[in-house]
Amino acid sequence: MTNISNAFKNKKAFIGFVVACDPNFEKSIDYVKTLADAGTDVIEIGVPFSDPIADGPVIQEAGLRAFKNGVSTKRVFEMVAKIREKTTVPLVLLVYLNNIFKYGYDKFFSACQQLNINGVIIPDLPVEERSEVAVFAKKADCSLIPLVAPTSGNRIKKIVAGTDGFVYAVSSLGVTGARDRITTDLDTMVSNIKRFTDAPIAVGFGIHSPEQAVEIAKTADGVIVGSAIVKIIAQEGTHAEEKLIDYVSNMKKALKQPETNRI
Amino acid sequence: MQNDLKKEQKAGRFGEFGGQYIPETLMHEIDRLVKAYNYYKNDPTFKKELTDLLHKYANRPSLLYHAQRMSKDLGGAQIYFKREDLNHTGSHKINNVLGQILLAKKMKKTRVIAETGAGQHGVATATVAALMGMKCEIFMGEVDTKRQSLNVYRMRLLGAKVHSVTTGTGTLKDAVNAAMQEWASRTEDTHYVIGSVMGPHPFPTMVRDFQACISAEIKKQLINETGKLPDAIVACVGGGSNAIGAFYHFIKDKDVRLIGCEAAGKGVDTEKHAATLERGTTGIFHGMKSIFLQNDDGQIDEVYSISAGLDYPGIGPEHAELAAQNRAEYVGITDDEAVEAFEYLAREEGIIAAIESCHAVAYVKKLAPQMSTDQIIVCNLSGRGDKDVAAIARYRGEKIYD
Repeated sequence: MTNISNAFKNKKAFIGFVVACDPNFEKSIDYVKTLADAGTDVIEIGVPFSDPIADGPVIQEAGLRAFKNGVSTKRVFEMVAKIREKTTVPLVLLVYLNNIFKYGYDKFFSACQQLNINGVIIPDLPVEERSEVAVFAKKADCSLIPLVAPTSGNRIKKIVAGTDGFVYAVSSLGVTGARDRITTDLDTMVSNIKRFTDAPIAVGFGIHSPEQAVEIAKTADGVIVGSAIVKIIAQEGTHAEEKLIDYVSNMKKALKQPETNRI
Repeated sequence: MQNDLKKEQKAGRFGEFGGQYIPETLMHEIDRLVKAYNYYKNDPTFKKELTDLLHKYANRPSLLYHAQRMSKDLGGAQIYFKREDLNHTGSHKINNVLGQILLAKKMKKTRVIAETGAGQHGVATATVAALMGMKCEIFMGEVDTKRQSLNVYRMRLLGAKVHSVTTGTGTLKDAVNAAMQEWASRTEDTHYVIGSVMGPHPFPTMVRDFQACISAEIKKQLINETGKLPDAIVACVGGGSNAIGAFYHFIKDKDVRLIGCEAAGKGVDTEKHAATLERGTTGIFHGMKSIFLQNDDGQIDEVYSISAGLDYPGIGPEHAELAAQNRAEYVGITDDEAVEAFEYLAREEGIIAAIESCHAVAYVKKLAPQMSTDQIIVCNLSGRGDKDVAAIARYRGEKIYD
């Protein structure tokens, strides 16, 4: 069992997301620690890309703030090194393929291994192109977290084959960002995925409220919240600790409700 | 078996370039598109409908014109222009758009979206959408909507909705980002008409096939007129669709030089250019592995050209491979050289060509004198220049506003 799948053991996991170097290098390190202490089970760190085609406006703007603070892939690894002095929380990088490609596949995953980065989510790497990266990830014992979309249908089987971390189920088409209503039939989607893998399934894209979390956790093994957390950081800047703790506590409480854990 | 599998994975590859590097949210639709294209490209009805549209609506075949005054003035090779500027909507873009929207119609789509730089692809898409009764939305960088305001109005006139894209640099690459995002959120009724030989497979292959009529016609027309193949083909490259169209049927004719002209802007040694193959490195962006202008960290550069249609930080994967194989040459042409060629062609031959195409004309001006009078250069005039007249006037300090 990997470090990541442990995070799902006997509970519904809450997965949080921050953008590296937002609002600045030091503070984004502190916020990872804050989120972990408040009970976040897995933390995704976003590596900013100049052209983030899978991301909505909230995360795009965070990326622009991070660029002003001099973010780069190398800087993200320096950040994780500092984080690892403070917490063992499972960490996952969300990074576009070109950043990894330019850094060098081998060098990138070696750095992940060295820093105990447990997984990588690559939004622009479909299963068709996975093999060129997978060999390096495997060598470094780093999970490639596959994404399944509402439209994946008969692609699901090959997408989730060999998953050793968790499956990222994308709740809605389009880009990241909070949505009031998720129209995808998540129950069916999650059970379709479960037909092909024993790996835990976490649902992300558009999730922000405890009510949504309760609903999703009835079938899924975890929820992923990105834009809602990034928005708190955008609003509170370098003083976001309190709001982050409140937010995570509420989401964790929702995920602990007995009805959530019934199945 | 192992070999078959390998072949299967290599669909849409040009050497190491190409591929399908896009979010999973789009892959289902991309799979459908690959299947539909592979079926219809061999379907006699589809082929006949497309040929009819090209001939009866778009004004194909386009003329191959022997520019005798210019040939004489330059004192070297005989220069022929492939007159894509005389197509309906004024550029080669219509060839691809007719193909893709006809395909979209077969796939039961009711809405098309597209990115545009100079506006020529947007105008072509809006035109064919009107012709085929499809809803149409165009994504255009804010900077480009200002450079090409006449084309914005033209698209509206044709019934399209134009979105001004303010993210990033507000130019072509950002328009592509916005169109891809829109497509990811709505594939059921919508086809994304990519305007160049770029993006994930099948686009680079499909768009090339739709543009390849250019080189098929050149070959036929030139052999009819001169009994020979050309010595060189010259075309401008942004994403590279008119160039690949003009090159394609000559790739196997190894004696025909294939020359792509990139936008060198203020010069390739400044920061203001879009000369991808001269200054770029291998990367993965907009669904493809190809050559891009980017920094060491893999962040895509801001690029610059006087021409909104060449203002793109990447190039189609087949061009990247043609360059890697040394089968095609790629040269940079500066703003100044392109503007000078724009004026020269107008005076010498009475043709006002697009500033994009004038990057190719500028190179012809350099190349022709080095060749003998029995040699032949074919230059692809990819578009007409009406859209550029006001901007060129301003470049020369005239006070004209369109």
